[in-house]
Amino acid sequence: MSGLPDSAVATQPTPPRADGAAAVSGGTGTPAPDDRGGTAARRRRRTGGGPLARFAALVLPPIALFVVLVLLVELIVVSAGIPPFVLASPSAILDQLVQYAPQVLAATLATGLNALIGLVIGAVIGVLLAIAASSLRSVDGMLAPIVAAVAVVPIVALAPVLYTMFGSTSEVARIIIASIAAFVPIFLNTLRGLRQVRPVHRDLMRAYAASSGQQTRFVTIPSALPHFFTGLRIASSLAVISALVAEYFGGPRAGLGSAITTAAASSAYARAWAFVIGAIVLGLVFFALTTLIERIASRHR
Amino acid sequence: MSTSPSTPAPESTSAAGTAASPATATPSATADATEAVVARGVERIFAGAKGAEVTALTGIELTVRAGEFVSLIGPSGCGKSTLLRLIADLDEPTAGVIRVFGKTARQARIDQAYGIAFQQAGLLPWRSVAANVELPLQLHGIGSAQRRTRVAELLELVGLSDFAGHYPDQLSGGMQQRVAIARSLAEQPRLLLMDEPFGALDEMTRERMQTELLRIRAETGAAVVFVTHSIPEAVYLSDRVVVMSPRPGRITDEVDVRLGDAADRGEDLREDAAFFAGVTAVREALHGHEAAPATGSARGVDVR
Repeated sequence: MSGLPDSAVATQPTPPRADGAAAVSGGTGTPAPDDRGGTAARRRRRTGGGPLARFAALVLPPIALFVVLVLLVELIVVSAGIPPFVLASPSAILDQLVQYAPQVLAATLATGLNALIGLVIGAVIGVLLAIAASSLRSVDGMLAPIVAAVAVVPIVALAPVLYTMFGSTSEVARIIIASIAAFVPIFLNTLRGLRQVRPVHRDLMRAYAASSGQQTRFVTIPSALPHFFTGLRIASSLAVISALVAEYFGGPRAGLGSAITTAAASSAYARAWAFVIGAIVLGLVFFALTTLIERIASRHR
Repeated sequence: MSTSPSTPAPESTSAAGTAASPATATPSATADATEAVVARGVERIFAGAKGAEVTALTGIELTVRAGEFVSLIGPSGCGKSTLLRLIADLDEPTAGVIRVFGKTARQARIDQAYGIAFQQAGLLPWRSVAANVELPLQLHGIGSAQRRTRVAELLELVGLSDFAGHYPDQLSGGMQQRVAIARSLAEQPRLLLMDEPFGALDEMTRERMQTELLRIRAETGAAVVFVTHSIPEAVYLSDRVVVMSPRPGRITDEVDVRLGDAADRGEDLREDAAFFAGVTAVREALHGHEAAPATGSARGVDVR
């Protein structure tokens, strides 16, 4: 799952065709065969046409592939008689998803809330510290090694300690873990953005005798914004993953991670998969929303 | 014939033209408003690596009268851009005095006595064309209704009225540069500082922009200090071409061009004998008199 943001970063500048294929195939956990993009491109060129036709050409091929793959897995599982603890059949997973829909939704919302709060806290702290580091060299010197240390802290190492600190009924530990995970990319990207003011813009503002407040408002912040949103996009996926993985190590029973372990422990494999689908959807929602914000923010560059 | 080719400029032509040149006779510190720029004994030394010093400019004596178009020409590293930055108070001289309309360079910058355009258009990519042009007005607290009127005038002047709502990334390089020029004219400055504004443009666009600049200059009556490394560009545009030389950066010669009123200069001037005489005069001043004109460019000077 952690491969998703990276692959998406790599495909970001290419046409949306490749982006969409990568996001969908990554999200469903299926490998993305290389000929996929080529087929879609050929189909798009043939259709040409209006925006609706182009949208259909963009969206339909990956959906078609997904449906075919699901049917194929179903066929294999049923015909070969594979036991559910090895691989649950798609129809059984769908059945469980429908049957447990309210529980899946509740668990998704619980994990999503932790991830969202963590993302917001990480973003606020990340931006404030980036501003401090960009304006004061001494702060930058002090922060750099600490951020490097925070960046390599494994969630696995932190979770049990934090559960002990805040008690096993509190969500605080999970929120802290999500904030730490979100903080690092937001801090690093925002700091880079704040240092990205072009010399010609700095000269221009000086030539116009702009005050330092005006310089910040008219040049520094707009220059840094797209970088901040790139950091936010990377952080959004990390926050979801961290909030979910943290649930594997204890704490309250709410949330997708807890539900997956509980279902798996009680041999309800298809139900475990139903919660995994909830996790995939949650990750995609965070990723899609932050990608959209980033696209809007860096429209004219 | 209005050119005076190979006439030595009044100022010192010797290598290190220091103190006593005739121009120092004019009142410098108390320069009145008929002089847009006065530079006296200006020197700029940059601290290099390991205590080494680089003398970017030395002994600069320059006077630009109000309404006069002066080009600074010379090979790379002769300090022409540095001199422009000193006049704009984007950098400070290590010695000497610069006066802009009788004020210190710093006071002139704070009072917005000049407009400036760089080699890169330097537009803010997140602002539309109209918002880029109105940036200086907005920074200096002009009301939005007044700003809108002025922006419409300026876009009309540079022929971009239809592109007010576009963003810089939707414009060609020449159009971006025209937006930058409109922006530099926003506050009707009596002095325009231009650092190779057409340097990154193709030849056709460049010639069109030059003609356009002459027209704009005739309409506004502003003095212009124009940095370039193109001899024809300097001759075509200027009243006077100041020739500079590197290591250390200094003024070695001045050539009076005066091909006529800015308003009267058209495209046909580029094929006029007076124009070629001016080009030859500047080239000889650049290369020293031993250089044969046929050898074309040397020392990084562009003969386009």
